[in-house]
Amino acid sequence: MKIALFATCIVDAMYPRAAQATVAVLERLGHEVVFPQGQACCGQMHVNSGYLKEALPVVANHVRAFESEDYDVAVAPSGSCVASVKHQHPMVARHAGDAALEERADAVGKKTYELSELLVDVLGVTNPAAQLGSYFPHTVTYHPSCHGMRLLTLGDRQAGLLRGVKGLELVDLPEADQCCGFGGTFSVKNADVSSAMLADKTANIRSTGASVCAGGDYSCLMHIGGGLSRQADTIGTLHLAEILASTETEPVAVPGPAGRTVKVVAK
Amino acid sequence: MSTREQILAAVRTALKDAPAVPDIPRKYRLDGEADAQQRIDVLVDRLEDYKAGVTVVDEDAVPATIRDLLAGAGSYVVPAGLDPAWLAWETDTSRIRYDGGAHGARSVTELDATDAVVTASAVTVAESGTIILDGSPDQGRRAISLIPDHHVCVVRSRDVTAILPEALRRLDGTKPLTMISGPSATSDIELERVEGVHGPRRLDVVIIR
Amino acid sequence: MSRTPIGMPGLRPGIGNLFAEEKFPSAARRELGNSQLRKNLKHATSTIRAKRLAVTGELPDWEELREAGSALKTSVMARLPELLEAFEANVTARGGTVHWARDADEANAIIHGLVTAQGVDEVVKVKSMATQEIGMNEYLEERGISAFETDLAELIVQLGHDKPSHILVPAIHKNRTEVRDIFLQEMPGVDPGLTDEPRRLAMAARAHLRAKFLTAKVAVSGANFGIADSGTLGVVESEGNGRMCLTLPETLITVMGIEKLLPTFSDLEVFLQLLPRSSTGERMNPYTSLWTGVTEGDGPSNFHVILLDNGRTNALADEMGRSALHCIRCSACINVCPVYERAGGHAYGSTYPGPIGAILSPLMTGIEAEENGSLPYASSLCGACYDACPVKINIPDILVHLRGKDVDAHRGGLPSELDVGLKAASWALSGGRRLAAVEKLLPLGRAAAGRDKKIKKLPGLAAGWTQSRDIPAPPAQSFRDWWAKEHKRP
Repeated sequence: MKIALFATCIVDAMYPRAAQATVAVLERLGHEVVFPQGQACCGQMHVNSGYLKEALPVVANHVRAFESEDYDVAVAPSGSCVASVKHQHPMVARHAGDAALEERADAVGKKTYELSELLVDVLGVTNPAAQLGSYFPHTVTYHPSCHGMRLLTLGDRQAGLLRGVKGLELVDLPEADQCCGFGGTFSVKNADVSSAMLADKTANIRSTGASVCAGGDYSCLMHIGGGLSRQADTIGTLHLAEILASTETEPVAVPGPAGRTVKVVAK
Repeated sequence: MSTREQILAAVRTALKDAPAVPDIPRKYRLDGEADAQQRIDVLVDRLEDYKAGVTVVDEDAVPATIRDLLAGAGSYVVPAGLDPAWLAWETDTSRIRYDGGAHGARSVTELDATDAVVTASAVTVAESGTIILDGSPDQGRRAISLIPDHHVCVVRSRDVTAILPEALRRLDGTKPLTMISGPSATSDIELERVEGVHGPRRLDVVIIR
Repeated sequence: MSRTPIGMPGLRPGIGNLFAEEKFPSAARRELGNSQLRKNLKHATSTIRAKRLAVTGELPDWEELREAGSALKTSVMARLPELLEAFEANVTARGGTVHWARDADEANAIIHGLVTAQGVDEVVKVKSMATQEIGMNEYLEERGISAFETDLAELIVQLGHDKPSHILVPAIHKNRTEVRDIFLQEMPGVDPGLTDEPRRLAMAARAHLRAKFLTAKVAVSGANFGIADSGTLGVVESEGNGRMCLTLPETLITVMGIEKLLPTFSDLEVFLQLLPRSSTGERMNPYTSLWTGVTEGDGPSNFHVILLDNGRTNALADEMGRSALHCIRCSACINVCPVYERAGGHAYGSTYPGPIGAILSPLMTGIEAEENGSLPYASSLCGACYDACPVKINIPDILVHLRGKDVDAHRGGLPSELDVGLKAASWALSGGRRLAAVEKLLPLGRAAAGRDKKIKKLPGLAAGWTQSRDIPAPPAQSFRDWWAKEHKRP
């Protein structure tokens, strides 16, 4: 299968390893990955902040970029950006009165999958240890990001994949379905409420005793990780893709205290 | 232009895009599947959950059951149309205060000084444990089942439906209706449910098989 | 208050208790400092969430009921003029009197006139959002008429000289000990040995209000439903104070928003399942009263209903936002909202707090009303409210829509830091080459980070981020760069 990768702006610029891991996982399954060069961002930050006019060129760019390449499906390592592509892009076009763009955005959206959705529903990954050689000998807790959980109804897909990783012990996160408080510009416009939400999230993560908090969205993980780091916590954050890509011969480094990476030591 | 006209005009202005009137998808359950015994079982479970007293009896045991439930009541009000057989046991008729019909209406003060009330009921929903009174002569006006602190309510099994839609179809919506699901309660303090506030603090339901 | 509504001619924005007195972020900051409040809200909302999930989960057709509820409300809004006229005709035919009020002032004046016509100086009240919204108690108080709240939580708020902070449990911000203290201080004749056991507190309220119920001549209520094709009204409650008010006084005045209509009596089969399960998390609330006009020998002989606009037509005119009027005031969205749980209801300023309030208040008053401009931003857009809403109001989408209206309303003025930032970002993010060019600056970010590879303090708007979170040093190479230079096809 030919799969177009939508890296998403935050991963492209800040967390390239999540996109690299996505590529590694897909190629390990024998698929061809392409990277449409024109891509940049889904525009969600603009839409969610009320800047629909400014979101329009961002949306139009994404649609153009993912129309210009020939592929079977597109994938992004982010539930939030995929939800934006599927639901917000046609809305932004409609708001601008551009029916043609709406139709094109809709077509791109229909071909776009969140990573776990693609792996489980389309590529039939049921046993990451066997199918991908996934190995990660650590205690992990998992934060299900809101948009993946509610807008894409990912259900157990991400956690199910984590459970199938060799050596990984998944511990339940209390109040897992509670938002971490990121919410894009919400985190700066309502910084106090956002920080209070984050404090509860990090306290819950800490209570699990896990050494890593995994998730499917680096926006939320940047927020959670930023909080844990500020609280001088030793718990690291990792994207689902990075854990799936981790193998016994090429283990992923676990982000450790003070943002430094530490060598993986098997339990 | 009157206020009425101005508001209606404003509504029409607001709707100038002529939004479509959708069809209503009534794919929810319109009829329940429970048989007669299951309906009673569910009803009992729900009423007990609400902390109501429940007794399931044969028709001929109704009078004795009511007698026992009223044992501690110095007086009780009954609607004029209540089945007299249900009170045939009463030897001290001074305890009975009839309301309605030829007896006229009792004052609120009188009702407040009455310990209990006995009524029949119109329809009951098993799934939610909801007894509905519609003001028929065997149920009386709304005040009598409200002011006394103890309500003994008789439910006939033929009047018990499995779910709400069936029950509403059996009612005349223009009658004064009271739906009762357990004794009065409040969750206003820390969302903790406490039974018994302004309405009857004790509800005893007598279900006739 | 600055109100320069731009809306359509003929539409009036709502007035009354719908306006925030300060912007949400600063109000929220103050409320966040109240640790007792945080504790009370956390306890109450987590209790109710669990209950709601249990009773909604046990119905096999919950989603179908939501679908029907949503469609019914959409239908009501589309047919509102004819339904209002039918409702009015049916109430009138059954011996009731219908009044129309364009805003809070008109509604209050009608109520005042009806009360004084009975020659009384006090009324008993059933908990009602509409009367809270129009500030009826204060209006009557100023004119020498006492309105006694009879719902336990409203009584707590009234005795405590406080404001409601939740639409279902207005005193949710108070715990049992605080309630006990209010009763001890403010309730005449209360037992000085009163404990903080909820049961004892409820009994104190019963004793306090009993005489009022039995002697009141006039009651004021709201309505949960008005049935257009019969003129029937419905009030859903728990304590029996509603039944007392709706049954015992000679005169009953019901204030109902024009959006509360349902087409037919049988439509209650949907809403009487959706409402209690979403609201208190019960299979059914203890008492529901339904009455139609005046019934000889049973209940009030003098019945009035006031149909209230107060900005509802303003909300109705917003095609994207009008579904906010579908709200049945269950409070499920409030109980699941992480922002409400931290900030509490008072931070929203309006009678309607939480996610629904964050859309309803600005829709009713107009987003141009500056006080309410910050409300649509009071959400992380986590979507929990939409999931919980029994009539499927897409609150997150309406929040985003209102943010858009707010941004557009401020275009042309002095650009804010966010305006400038997002405009620049719009340019940078509308092309792969542009983003690649910006990514060439990543090393600057690495230089800005300390030896521990963290950015800990940023200026301006971004300071909001670094108040509680670090930013990791950017990577040496973007993904795009890695792909071009290092990725080898397998």
